[in-house]
Amino acid sequence: MEMKQAVTGNTGPKVRSDIEVTLELAASGGVELEIRSKVKSMYGNAIEKQCRDLLEYFGIANARLKVDDSGALPFVIAARVEAAVRALGLRPSALLPEMIEENGYTSEKGRFRFSRLYLPGNNPGMFLNAGLHSPDGVILDLEDSVAPERKDEARILVRNALRAVNFYGAERMIRINQGERGLEDLEYLIPHNVHLVLIPKCEGRETVMKIDERINAIREREKIGRPVFLMPIIESAAGVERAFEIATASLSVVALAIGLEDYTADLGVQRTKEGLESLYARNRLVVAAKAAGIQPIDSVFSDVADMEGLLDNVLRSKAMGFEGMGCIHPRQIPVIRKGFSPEPEETEKAKKIVLAFREAQKRGLGVVALGSKMIDPPVVARAEKTIALAVRLGLLPDGWEEQEPKE
Amino acid sequence: MKMIKNAAGRMVPEEINGQEAVPFKGVGKHRPSGRKYAPPLATCIDYPGDNNKVVASLREALERCGLRDGMTVSTHHHLRDGDLVNNRIFDIAAEMGVIDLVWLPSASFPCNEPVIKYLEDGTINRIEGSMNGPLGRFVSEGRMKGMAVLRSHGGRVQAIQDGEVKIDIAVITAPAADSFGNAKGTGGPSATGVLGYAKADYLYADRVIIVTDNLIDLPCFPMEIEGNYVDCVVVVDKLGIPEKIVSGTTQITRSPDRLLIAELTALFLEKSGLLHDGATMQAGAGGTSLAIAVFVHEMLKKKGWKLSFGFGGSTKYMVKMLEEGQMGYILDAQAFDLDAVRSVEENPNHIPYSVFNAYNYHSKGNLTTMMDIMILGATEIDTEFNGNVVTHSDGLLLHGIGGWQNCLHARNVILPVPLFRDRIPVIVDQVTTLCGPGELIDVIITERGIAINPRRQDLLDSVRGKGLPLVTVQELKEMAEKICGKPEKAAFDDRVVAAIKWVDGTVIDSVRKVRS
Repeated sequence: MEMKQAVTGNTGPKVRSDIEVTLELAASGGVELEIRSKVKSMYGNAIEKQCRDLLEYFGIANARLKVDDSGALPFVIAARVEAAVRALGLRPSALLPEMIEENGYTSEKGRFRFSRLYLPGNNPGMFLNAGLHSPDGVILDLEDSVAPERKDEARILVRNALRAVNFYGAERMIRINQGERGLEDLEYLIPHNVHLVLIPKCEGRETVMKIDERINAIREREKIGRPVFLMPIIESAAGVERAFEIATASLSVVALAIGLEDYTADLGVQRTKEGLESLYARNRLVVAAKAAGIQPIDSVFSDVADMEGLLDNVLRSKAMGFEGMGCIHPRQIPVIRKGFSPEPEETEKAKKIVLAFREAQKRGLGVVALGSKMIDPPVVARAEKTIALAVRLGLLPDGWEEQEPKE
Repeated sequence: MKMIKNAAGRMVPEEINGQEAVPFKGVGKHRPSGRKYAPPLATCIDYPGDNNKVVASLREALERCGLRDGMTVSTHHHLRDGDLVNNRIFDIAAEMGVIDLVWLPSASFPCNEPVIKYLEDGTINRIEGSMNGPLGRFVSEGRMKGMAVLRSHGGRVQAIQDGEVKIDIAVITAPAADSFGNAKGTGGPSATGVLGYAKADYLYADRVIIVTDNLIDLPCFPMEIEGNYVDCVVVVDKLGIPEKIVSGTTQITRSPDRLLIAELTALFLEKSGLLHDGATMQAGAGGTSLAIAVFVHEMLKKKGWKLSFGFGGSTKYMVKMLEEGQMGYILDAQAFDLDAVRSVEENPNHIPYSVFNAYNYHSKGNLTTMMDIMILGATEIDTEFNGNVVTHSDGLLLHGIGGWQNCLHARNVILPVPLFRDRIPVIVDQVTTLCGPGELIDVIITERGIAINPRRQDLLDSVRGKGLPLVTVQELKEMAEKICGKPEKAAFDDRVVAAIKWVDGTVIDSVRKVRS
C-alpha cells in the first residue's frame, strides 16, 4: 500500500489562529498523534480529543497525524483535518460544525451595500473580528486571494466559517472561482446561509444563468426557501459591453460591480487614482445597473494607507451614481460609509418629503405636495431610503419625527 | 514552605528569602509604623579633595565600593533594550568570584538574557524586579536559586525607602554626568530624556556609582542626581544602543482590531463625560494606548478642550498635544521616543518627575490619585474585575508589573483589552495570578462589549442609553468561552518561585513553578 501524505493549513512565526495538519494513512498501529501548540497547556487535551474524534468520524483507524497549532479555533481544526482526509483521496461525509444561532439572519434585495470587506478564504485569523468593523457585507473569497493549490482546503474552511463565525449582521457573501470549480464551490457553500454570490470576471448572461440554475437546484435539494442574490463583477472590455445583459440575466442579480485591476489590464493601460482610463466603463456600468433597477458597485481602492485618497475616490464614486465600494482593509469601512452617507441638506430635504407624505396619508389625500410642488411616489421612496440610511448611520435619532417642530 | 491565605484568598509565603513577609490585608488596610531606612553616614574627608570621583573602570568602581558575596546591586532601566552596562556588572562580579548577589533592577529587558548564565552559576542568587521573556521562563521553570520578588515601580521605591530592600551598590547609568557625580538624562549619544527611576536608588543606597559615556564640565545642570550622594564616576565608550534606548518613533497600532478597541475607548471617555476640559490623563506607550491618545487628541481639538496635565512615559503623541495646546504639562518619568526626548530638553512645560513623587504608597499622598483617566492593560481579568499583568494563562511569568498597580489608584481605571488573544481568553473565571484587586478596576473595554464594574453605579448611569455596547463581565467571559472553548487551568508544582507584592509591601499573590 502506497503511503501518501497530505499537508493542509498554515504554520509559521506570523501565522495566527491557524493550524498545519500533516496526515499519513497507515496499514496498522492505530492513530499516532503528535501535537505542537502555542496553547497546549490550556487546550492540548481539547485538541487531542477533537483530532481523535475527527479521525474516528472519517473512519480512519490507522494513521499518523501531526498538527502544528497557532491557536486555531475548533472550526479551523475541523476544516484542516477534513481537507487533509480529502486530499488523500477519501470521500467521507462532511463533519459540519454547529451553525451558531446568531448566523440565522437573512438579507434582502435592497439592503445597503456601501462597503463589502474582502476576506482571503484561506486565512482564518481575519474572519473572527471582520463583522465587528460593521461592513455592510463580508466576502469570503475563494478566487484571487487563494493560491491555486489551496483552493480545496479554502472552501472547506469557508464552509465551516459560515457556520461557526459570527459576522454580526453583515451580509454573508462569497466570491466563487471561475468555471466548473466555481459551480463546485456552490455545492459546498450554498447550504450554509450564503446571502450573495459574487461572480468574478463575468462576461455574459450565460455565466449568470448557469450559476443561478445551479444555486436553485441546490436550494431545491436542500429545501432552502430564502433567495441567494448575485453580484456579477465586470472585469473586462467584453463584460463592459454586455453590462446590461448581465444585469438583467436573472432576477437574483441585485448589484453589478466593477473590478478595475483586471479591467485596466485587459485594456493594456495603467490604473490611476483619477481613473480617467475607466471613466467610460464606470459610467456604462452605472447606467446599465440603474436601467436594470439594481445597485452599481465600484471597485476597491487599493492604497490602504491613503485614507484621504480613499475619501476623494468615494465622493467621486457617489457623484457618478455608484452605491457602494469594495474594501480590502477594515479601516476603509468607516471612510466609505462616511462618503456614501447622505449630506445634511440631503437628509433635511428627505425629512420634509417624508413628513409631507405621512401627513397626506393621515388626511387620506392621494396626492402629496411639498409647498406647491407635487411629489411622485419614487421620490418619496428615495426619501424614505435616505431617512432610513441616516437613522442607521446615527445621523438621525430613532423617532426623529417627534422631535420635528410641528407646523 | 509555610503558606498563609491572605485577605484576597490567595496562598502566599510567610517568609520570602529568609525575611518575614506581611500577607495582603485589603486595599488601604496596611498602615506601617517606624522610620524610613537611611544609608550610612559619609564624610567628605573620605572623598577626593578636588571632587573628581572619576575612576578608571567599572571594575575598579565596584571594587572600591566593596562588592562582595550576598550584596544587593540595583540598576534602572532607562536604557531599556539598548542597555550595554547592566550585564557588565555581573560579568565583572563573576570575574571577581563574587556569588549570591541580589539584582534589583527597576525593570529587565530581553537584552538582559545573558544574566541567566549568572543565575545558573550562582553569581546571582535572585532577581527582585520584573521578569520579561526568557528570564520569566527561567524563573517559572523553577531554575532560579532564590525566590523572585515582583514589585510595581511604586512598590520598589516604597520597599527601598522602608528598608525592606537594602541596596548595597546602586549602579546608575547617566547620559550626562560631571566628575563630581551630578547627572541627568538629557544630552550625549545615549540620551534617555529623564532618569525618573533612579532617585530612590541614589538616595538610599550605601554606595552609588555613576556610569556615563558623556562626561561634561561641572556643573551638569539641571541635575536629576546630586553628586554629593555619589561615590564614583565611570566613563565608558558607550552606554547603550541609541535606537534601542528610545525608539526613533513610537507607532500607533496598525491592527484594525486594536484600533477598534481604541476607538471604542475614546467614545466611552466622551459619552461618560470622563473626558472634559481640565481633565488629567495617563496612557501607556503600547500601540493601543497611543491610538487612544490620538483619538482623544482629535476630540479635544474638536471641543476646544485642554487636559490640565498628562503623566508620562511620554511619546510623540503626548508631545503633540502639549505643543498644539491640548495638554498643559507633561509630568514625565520616562521618555519613550526621540520626540519626547527633544521635548524634555526644549519645553519648560515638559517636566521630569520621579516615580518617587508619583507612585510611592508610603508617602504623604501621590500623583496617581489625581488622575481622572487611567488607561491600562492586562493579560487576564476575571469576573470579579481582578487583574493579572505578570503571568499568562499558561502560568509563565512574562511581564513586569511596571506602574500598573500604582496606577490602579486613579479615579477611573479603564482597561482596553481584546476579549481573547489567538485562542486564549483574556476575560476568565479567576485570574492565574492576582496583581490588582477588582475593587480598583472600573471598566473593561473589549471589541465585543464594555463591562463596567457594578461598584461604579455612577459610571453605569453616565453611559446608559448612549448607544455603547454595554455588557456584564460575566457575559464577556461567556462570549470568550463560546468562541475559544473553556480553557484548562495551568498546572503547577508546589514550589513558589515568585512573590507578588502589593503597593504597600504586603504579599498579594505567589507564583508557582509550572509543571513541565
